[in-house]
Amino acid sequence: MQDVVNAVVLLTNFLVVPATAYGCQLALGALGVTLVYGVLRFSNFAHGEIMAFGAMVTILFTWLLRHWGVTLGPLPTALLALPAGMAVTAGLCLLTDRWVFRFYRRTRAQPVMLLVVSVGVMFVLNGVIRFVIGPADRVFTDGARFLFTVREFKAWTGLSEGLAVKTTQTLSLVVAVVLVAALFWFLEKTRTGKSMRAFSDNEDLALLSGINPERVVAVTWLIVGCLAAVAGTLYGLDKSFKPFTFLSLLLPIFAAAIVGGLGNPLGAIVGGFVVAFSEVLLTYPYRKFLAYLGPEGWRPDGLVQFLSTDYKFAVSFFILVVVLLVKPTGIFSGRSS
Amino acid sequence: MSFLIGADLVGGYGGPDILRGCAIAAERGEITVVVGPNGAGKSTAMRALFGMLTLRSGSVHLGDEDITALAPQARARKGMGFVPQTDNVFRSMTVEENLEMGAFVRDDDISGTLDEVYGLFPALRDKRRQPAGELSGGQRQQVAIGRALMNRPRALMLDEPSAGVSPIVTHELFERILDIAQSGVAVLIVEQNARQALELADKGYVLVQGRNRFTGTGEMLLANPEVRKSFLGG
Amino acid sequence: MSDARVPFSVRVAQALRTPRKPVLFAAMAALICLVGAGQSWSLALTILNLCLISAVMTLGVNIQWGYAGLFNAGVMGFVALGGLAGVLVSMPPVRAAWHAGGAGVVLALAMALVTIAAAVLVYRRMRQPAYRKLAVALVVAAGYFAARGLFEPAVRAIEAVDPSRTGYLGGFGLPVVLSWFVGGALAAGAAWAAGKISLGLRADYLAIATLGISEIIVAFLKYEEWLSRGVKNVTGLPRPVPYEVDLQATVWFREWAASLGASPVDLSSIVVKLCYAGLFALVLVVLMWLAEAALRSPWGRMMRAIRDNETAAEAMGKDVTARHLQVFVMGSAVVGIAGAMLATLDGQFTPTTYHPLRFTFLVWVMVIVGGSGNNWGAVLGGFLVWYVWVEAEPMGLWLMDFLTSPLAADNPLRIHLIDSAAHMRLVVMGLVLLLVLRFAPRGLIPEERR
Repeated sequence: MQDVVNAVVLLTNFLVVPATAYGCQLALGALGVTLVYGVLRFSNFAHGEIMAFGAMVTILFTWLLRHWGVTLGPLPTALLALPAGMAVTAGLCLLTDRWVFRFYRRTRAQPVMLLVVSVGVMFVLNGVIRFVIGPADRVFTDGARFLFTVREFKAWTGLSEGLAVKTTQTLSLVVAVVLVAALFWFLEKTRTGKSMRAFSDNEDLALLSGINPERVVAVTWLIVGCLAAVAGTLYGLDKSFKPFTFLSLLLPIFAAAIVGGLGNPLGAIVGGFVVAFSEVLLTYPYRKFLAYLGPEGWRPDGLVQFLSTDYKFAVSFFILVVVLLVKPTGIFSGRSS
Repeated sequence: MSFLIGADLVGGYGGPDILRGCAIAAERGEITVVVGPNGAGKSTAMRALFGMLTLRSGSVHLGDEDITALAPQARARKGMGFVPQTDNVFRSMTVEENLEMGAFVRDDDISGTLDEVYGLFPALRDKRRQPAGELSGGQRQQVAIGRALMNRPRALMLDEPSAGVSPIVTHELFERILDIAQSGVAVLIVEQNARQALELADKGYVLVQGRNRFTGTGEMLLANPEVRKSFLGG
Repeated sequence: MSDARVPFSVRVAQALRTPRKPVLFAAMAALICLVGAGQSWSLALTILNLCLISAVMTLGVNIQWGYAGLFNAGVMGFVALGGLAGVLVSMPPVRAAWHAGGAGVVLALAMALVTIAAAVLVYRRMRQPAYRKLAVALVVAAGYFAARGLFEPAVRAIEAVDPSRTGYLGGFGLPVVLSWFVGGALAAGAAWAAGKISLGLRADYLAIATLGISEIIVAFLKYEEWLSRGVKNVTGLPRPVPYEVDLQATVWFREWAASLGASPVDLSSIVVKLCYAGLFALVLVVLMWLAEAALRSPWGRMMRAIRDNETAAEAMGKDVTARHLQVFVMGSAVVGIAGAMLATLDGQFTPTTYHPLRFTFLVWVMVIVGGSGNNWGAVLGGFLVWYVWVEAEPMGLWLMDFLTSPLAADNPLRIHLIDSAAHMRLVVMGLVLLLVLRFAPRGLIPEERR
C-alpha cells in the first residue's frame, strides 16, 4: 500500500505538478493566438515574441522595484511588476495593430499575407528584446522558492517519496485560473465581450448589427497583450527568461490552439493542457514508478521512457499531426476554413 | 412619398453592372415583394439599399433623409434591419445572445423588445439558452428575423426568408412577417418562392436584368398572364 | 507563348534588356566590389559565396511562395537536411561503428518499415472502424517498442566507438558534390511527408506544420549522435575544390603568385573561394534555368492560375492539393540543395547553428524584398539581403559608436548600446520586410504579368 502511495506521490511530483504549471502557461499563450485568429483571422507568428516582450518589461520593472527596495515577501517581486508589463505589452499590441496590421485589414488582404507581416513584426520585436535586455539567460525569481519542499513533505507524511511545489508553479495555476475566469466572464457576460464573440463567429452579421469592428479589434489586442505578458512572465518565472526560447514556444502554443480548435477560447485552454501533459507523460521515465508498483526488489531494465526529453517539441508536433489528420477543426470545432 | 426608396440604382460588385436603373419603394405597414428570375439582381438591389455595395448612381432615401452615402452600420442605427439569406445567425451564440447582438446599437432597456420577439416566436423563448447553430432551419430563420427586430427597425428587409425551409414553416413565417408589417414596419422581401410571397404582398416588383419589368399590387401581378407565364410557371 | 522554345541565352538577353534588372544586378555587383576594395577581396568572395547559396535557397522558397502562395515556415529544417546529406555522402564510413551496431540500426529501421507496412495493411484490411483504429494503434505501439529494443543497444555501441573522434556511422566516402543531389532528395522526402499532412487544409496549417517539422529535424540532428554526431559536430568534410596548403605547395602556383606580385597565402584563399563561387554559380544558373522554364511552361501557367484563384481552378477540375504538393516538394528540394552546398562551403556540419531566424525567416525576407513570383527578383533578394545582413553588423557597430560618441567611453549606457548593436540587424530586417510589404509589395523586381 505504501508503495502505491509512493508511486502516486512520485508521479505527482515529477509529472502532474510541472505539467499543470506548464499547461497553464501554454493555455494562456494559446488563448492569445486563438483570440487573434478568431477576430483578426490570421496566425500570429509574432505571438511568442509578444510574450517575450511582456516578460522583458516585467523584468525591467522588477529590477526597478528591487532597486527601490520593494519586494513582495515570499512572492516574486515580478508579480508586482506584472500589471506594468501587461499595460506596456497591451500598448505595444495596439501600436503594432495601428502601424502594421490595420492597413492589411482595411485592404482585406489574404490571411497568409498577414501571416508574412507577422513574421516582420516577429523580427523587429526579437531584435528590440535582444537589444534592450540582451540574449542571455535571466533568472528573476525571488521570494520563497517553494510552497513546500520535499523534506517538509516527507516529514509530514513519513513517505519515502517526496513532493515539492514551487511558488512559481502555484503562481502559474492561481494567476491562470483568475485570468481565465475573468476572460470568460468578460466574453460571456459583458456586451463588449459578446460583441467580440459575435464578430469572431460571423463578421458580416456583426457589421449588420452595428458592431464597430475597430473597437472589437482594439479590445482583442488589449486582451491579447495582457495574456501574452502574463504567459511570458509565468513561463520566465518558472523556467528562466531567455529571448530565444519564446520562438520555440510558438510550436506548442500553436499546437495547443489548433488541437482545441483555432478561434475557440475554451479549446485553447484544453489544448494547452493536452499538449503540456502529453509532453511530460511521453518524456517521463517510468522506471522508478514501475519499481514501486512491481514486486519487491524488482526494477525495470531501461528508463521506460517513450521519448527522450530532447524530443519534447516533437510531442506537440505529433499531437498536431494527429489532429490535422483526424479532425482538422480541433476538439472543439474551431474554424478550419 | 414612400418610406424607403431606392431610385435609379446602378451598380455591381466591381465587374459589370448588375443593377441597371431599377427602383424600389416600400411603405410602412406594408409588405413589398421583389421577385424575378435568377440573376435578376434582386438580392443585389436589397444589398444596395442597405449600403453593402457601392452604387455608381442612384439614391437611397429613408423617411425624409438621403442615406445614399451611409455605411451599413449607420443605416442600422437609422432603423433599418436586414436579414441575409445565409449565415444569418451567430451560430456559436445562444438564441438570447443573438437577439442581444441585434440590439447592439441600442443603449436603452431591451427587455420589452425581447418579450415582443418571444411573443412573436414563442418557440425561441424555450430555446433561448441553446446555441443558434443547433436549431432547425425554420427556428434559425426566426432567430435571424428576431435579431433584426431587436433594433426596432422602421424598415425590415428579408433576403429569401423561405430558402431552405419547409412549405408549412414558410407559411408560418410569412404569417409572422405579416404581423410585423402590421405593427407599422416597412417590410421588403426578396423571394424566389414568388407565388406564395406575392399572395401576401401589398406591392410587388418583378425585376429582370437589373431593371423593373412589372410593378403592381400582389393581386395584380398574380393576375397578370404575362407574369404568370414567365415567372410563376403558368 | 512559345517562350519555352526560345534558347535560354536569348531569354537572358531579353530579360536583361528590361532596364530594371541589369541596373539592380550591376548595383549589387558594385556593392560586393565595394567590400573587396574597402575591406578585403577575400571577404568579398566569402560574401559572394554565401550570397549565391542564399540565392538558391530563395529560389526554392520562391517556387513555393511565388508560384503557389504556400507559406513554408520550415526552411531551416530542409537546409539542415541538406547539411546532413553532406555528412552522409562525403565522410568516410566508420568501419568499427558499423561493425559494432550497424546491423542493429539497419534491423531497427527495417522493423520500423515493417511496422508502417503492417499498420497500412491492417488499416486497409479491417472493415470495422472501431476496432480498426485500435488495431492500428496496437501495431504501431508494438512495432515502436520492438524497433527501439533493437535500436538502443546498437546506438549505444556505435556511440561508444572512439567517441571523441567518431562515435557515429560516418558516411559513404563519396565526392561531396554528390551530396547536393542527396540533400535535395532528403529535403524532398521530408517535404512530401509534411505536405501530405497539411496541404489541402488552410494556409496557416502548412506554416505551423512546417515550423514543427523543421524544429524536429534539427532536434533529430542534434541528438541522434549515431547518425550526425549531434552537437559534437562533424568537421573536415572533404572539399570539391583544392586545399589552400596544397596550392601553396605547388611550384606553378607559387610562380603565378610571384608573377602577380601577391603572397601565395592570400592568392590561394582567393582561388579556393573563386572555385567555390564557380561551382555555386553553376548550380544557380542550372536551377534558374529550370525554374524559369517551369514558370513559362503550361504547368507554370496553371500554377499561377491556381494561386490567383484557387476556387476557380478547382471548379475547372484541377487537383489543387496535388499541384501544391508537387510544388512544395520541388521548392524544398532546391532548399535542400542549398543546405548541402552550405555544408560543403563550411566544410563542417554543426546542428546548433540552425536557427529559425537565420535560416527560415531571413530567407523569407529575401524572397519578399526581391519580388515574390519573380525568380530574378528572388535571386537578387538573396544577394542583397545577405549582403545587408552581413554588413549591417559592422555598420551598426560603427553607427552606434558614432551616435554614442558624446558619452564617455565607460558610460554604462554606451557600453550596453555598443554591445547590443549586433541585434539591431534583426530590427533592420524586420523593418525592411514590413516596409517592402507595405509600400512595394511586389518587391524590387516584380512578377511579370504574362
